[in-house]
Amino acid sequence: MKRFTAWRRRPWAGYAVVLVALATTGVVYAGFSPKADTAEASNSAAAAQDMANGKQLFNQNCSSCHGLNAQGTKDEKGRQIAPSLIGVGAASVDFQVSTGRMPAMNPGAQMPRKKPVEVFRNPKNVADVAAYVQSLGGGPTIPAPEQVDPEKGDVALGGKLFRTNCAQCHNFAGSGGALTGGKYAPPLDESTPTQIYEAMLTGPYAMPLFNDTTLTPEAKRAIIAYVVQTREEPNPGGNGLGRIGPVAEGIAGWTVGMGLLVLAAMWITARKPKKQHD
Amino acid sequence: MSDVQAPKAVDAPLTFLDDRLGSSTFLKRNMKKAFPDHWSFMLGEIALFSFVILLLTGTFLTLWFKPSMLEVVYDGSYTKLNGVKMSEAYSSTLHITFDVRGGLLMRQIHHWAAILFMAAIMAHMLRVFFTGAYRKPRELNWLIGIGLFTLGMLEGLFGYSLPDDLLSGTGLRILQGVAQSIPVVGTYLYLFLFGGEFPGESIIPRLFTIHVLLIPGIMLALIVAHLMIMWHQKHTQMPTKGRTNQNVVGYPFYPLYMAKQGAYFLYIFGVLALLATFAQINPIWLFGPYDPSAISAGSQPDFYMGALEGALRLMPNWETNVLGHTLSWNVMIPALVPLGIIFTGAALFPFIERWATGDQRSHHINDRPRNAPVRTATGVAVVTFYGLLWLAGGNDVIAERFHVSLFATTWFFRFAVLLGPFLAFMITKRICLGLQRSDAATMAHGYESGVIKMMPSGEFIEVHLEAPEEQAAVILSKEEGKSLPAARDDNGIPAPGSRNPLGHLRLRLNRFWNVDSIPIEAGHGNGHGNGHGDGEHAAVEDGERATAIGSGSGTGDRS
Repeated sequence: MKRFTAWRRRPWAGYAVVLVALATTGVVYAGFSPKADTAEASNSAAAAQDMANGKQLFNQNCSSCHGLNAQGTKDEKGRQIAPSLIGVGAASVDFQVSTGRMPAMNPGAQMPRKKPVEVFRNPKNVADVAAYVQSLGGGPTIPAPEQVDPEKGDVALGGKLFRTNCAQCHNFAGSGGALTGGKYAPPLDESTPTQIYEAMLTGPYAMPLFNDTTLTPEAKRAIIAYVVQTREEPNPGGNGLGRIGPVAEGIAGWTVGMGLLVLAAMWITARKPKKQHD
Repeated sequence: MSDVQAPKAVDAPLTFLDDRLGSSTFLKRNMKKAFPDHWSFMLGEIALFSFVILLLTGTFLTLWFKPSMLEVVYDGSYTKLNGVKMSEAYSSTLHITFDVRGGLLMRQIHHWAAILFMAAIMAHMLRVFFTGAYRKPRELNWLIGIGLFTLGMLEGLFGYSLPDDLLSGTGLRILQGVAQSIPVVGTYLYLFLFGGEFPGESIIPRLFTIHVLLIPGIMLALIVAHLMIMWHQKHTQMPTKGRTNQNVVGYPFYPLYMAKQGAYFLYIFGVLALLATFAQINPIWLFGPYDPSAISAGSQPDFYMGALEGALRLMPNWETNVLGHTLSWNVMIPALVPLGIIFTGAALFPFIERWATGDQRSHHINDRPRNAPVRTATGVAVVTFYGLLWLAGGNDVIAERFHVSLFATTWFFRFAVLLGPFLAFMITKRICLGLQRSDAATMAHGYESGVIKMMPSGEFIEVHLEAPEEQAAVILSKEEGKSLPAARDDNGIPAPGSRNPLGHLRLRLNRFWNVDSIPIEAGHGNGHGNGHGDGEHAAVEDGERATAIGSGSGTGDRS
C-alpha cells in the first residue's frame, strides 16, 4: 500500500492512469462491439453436378434476400431489399462473392470487403453459383486471365485513364475515398486483377459502369496494370503516410516535427536546479 | 573582451575592422544582451531557422527546376510515366526527384521545412497572443508577424503550384475561381494573373519568379525588421520572482544563447533531414501531371491553407444574378470572409484592447493567460473557429477513415463552425476564472500539502503550506484592470468620453473586459484558513488594494 501511495504521487502518475483508462476502454469496447461482418452459411458443398451445385448454393446462400428465382425482394412498403439477379451476369456474382461482399449480413449503404464465407473460399463453388446466375438471364461474363494480365497492359495509358476516370473516388494511388450517403470507394490494395475488371464491367454500388464501349478491354487492362504497378512500387521518399495526400503530411508535421522541436526547446531552456542555490 | 592579449593574427584584422566600422563598441553593448528563457520563446526560432533552410534547399532546387509550360514527352527513370505528355515544369521536377543525386531528399526537406515554418509561425503567434506579448510597445512587431504569416501562406501556395502536378493544378484552379469570384474586377484579375485561358502558359513562370524572388525578398526584409525591433525592445519575460517591467532576467546572448541557438539550428536541420528521409511528402510522381479533366479524391492543400479549403467545402451553393452578372457568394464568402475576420481581427486586437482597457502602459512581463480571461477566451474561440474550418477541409478523409457519412460531416461542421466559438469562449472564460480562484485560494490559505493531520479532537485536516516565494511571485503578477470612469457620475452627468456611441461601446467593452476578475492578494497563507471570517476580511482588503493599484498605475504611466 505504501509503495502504491508513493507511486501515486509521481509526476507521471496522472498520465499513466489516463493511459490505462484509455486502454481499458478500448479493450472493453473491442470485446462488446459486434464482430466483423461475417455471415453464416451452411456448409454442405456437395460434389453434385456444377449447375445443380450452383443452384443449391444459390438457394442456401443467396435466395433468402434475392428470392428463390433470383427475382429480388421488396419489403411491405415496396422498397427494394435485394435486387433481381436476372441478367447481372457471372462477372457480377464473381465480384460480389469472391470479395466476400456477398452473402451480406447487414444490408447497409454498401457492403464491406471481407473474407469470403467458408463455402465460397473454394473457387469451384464461386464459379458454380456464377454459372447458375449466368444461366438465368445472361449478362457480362468473367474475364479470361489473359484479359486482366497486368504484364500486358500499357501502364502509361492506364495512368492517364485512371486519373480521369477512377482517381476522383479511389484517390491518385488507389487508397480509397469517401462518397455521399455513407458510401465509399474502397482502397484497391487487395483487389485482384479479375475483381478490378469485373468492378469496371458491372459497376457495383456507387461505382459507374464502364462497359466495353466506354473503356475498351485494352483500356481496362491498362488500368489494371497501373493499379497493380502503383500499389507494388515502393515509396522512394520514406514512409508513404497512407498515400492519402497532404492531410497525413500535416498531421505528421505537427505531431512528429513540431513535437520533436518543442521537446528540444523545453530541454535547452529547462532551468538548472543547481543555479537556484546561488 | 578579456584581459588576455589576442595573438597578432587575430588582433590585427579585428583592429582593422574596428578602426573602420567601430564594431567593438557595438558588439560590447550587444553581445551581452540578456535573453529570458522559456521553451515557448523558441517557437519563433523554429520559424526563423526553417526559413534559412528553405532558402538553402530552395536554391538547390532552382538549379534543375524549369519553370516552363512547354509540353514535353517524359523519358526518364520513372518508367511508369514514360511516353506521357507533360509540362517541362513537371518533367524537371521528376528529373530532380529521380535523376538528380540527393534531389528527392532536398525536395522533401524543402517541403517539410515549409510545413514546419508555417506550423511554427502559427504556434509562435498563439504564444504571443495568449501571453499578451503584442501589447505596447510591441504592436508593430505583431503586425509584421501577421504580414509574414500571410506572405508565408501565399509563398507556400505558389511553391505547391510550381511542379504542375495533379494536386497543384487543382490548387491553381481554385485560385482562378477565387480571383473570378471577386465582383467587377474578378475576370480581369484572373486574366491578368494567368495571361489567358486557364491554365495557359504564363502562370508557372510567373509564380516561379514571385516564389523565388519577390516574396522571399519581402519576407527576408520583414524578418530582419522583426528581429531588429525585438532586439531593440528586448524580449518579454514570463512573470516570476525578481522579474519586473524594468529589467530583463536571463542569460547573455554571447556566449550562452549563441551556443544554444547554434545547437538548436542544427537540431532543427536534423529533425527536417529525418522527416525528409523517413516520411514521404508530396509524391508528385503518384499524382501524375496536371490535366484539367482529372481530379483525385483527397485533394487537399497543405495544412496552412486547410481552413480556406474547409470554408469552401462548407459553403452552401449561393449565387445571385445581378443585371446579367453572377455574384458567386459560394466562392467569395469562404475565400475572403473567415480568414479576413481572423487576420483583420488579429491586426486590430492590440489597438482595440488598448482602447477598451485604457491601458497605455508598456508591458515587458507577459500576462498569464488566466489573468486576461476575455483575451484568452477570444483567442480560444478563434482557434476553435479556425480549427473547425481546418478539420472541415479534410472532411472526406474523416468520413473515410472513421466511417461516417460525408454529408453528415458537412452538416456537423456547418453548425459547429458557427456555434463552437461561442461555446469555446464561455468555457474558456470559466476555466480562466476557476484558475484565478484557485490562485486566490493558494494565496489566502496556502497550497494543499497532501499531509493529513489528526487533531486532538479527532478532526482530520489537510495541512496547507504557504506558497513558495517563486510561486507567489507568479500568482501576484496579475494586474487588476483599470475601470474607465462610469458613464454617469453620482449627479447623473455623462462622463466626457461616453457621450457618443463610440464612447458607449468603449465603456461596454471595458466593463466586459473587467467584469469578471477574482482579486488576488499577497496573503496570510497560515494554513488555518477560516473560510467565513476570511471572506469578509478579504473584501475589506480588496478595496485597499484597488486604490493601491490605482495609484500604482499612475506611476506606471511614466513610460
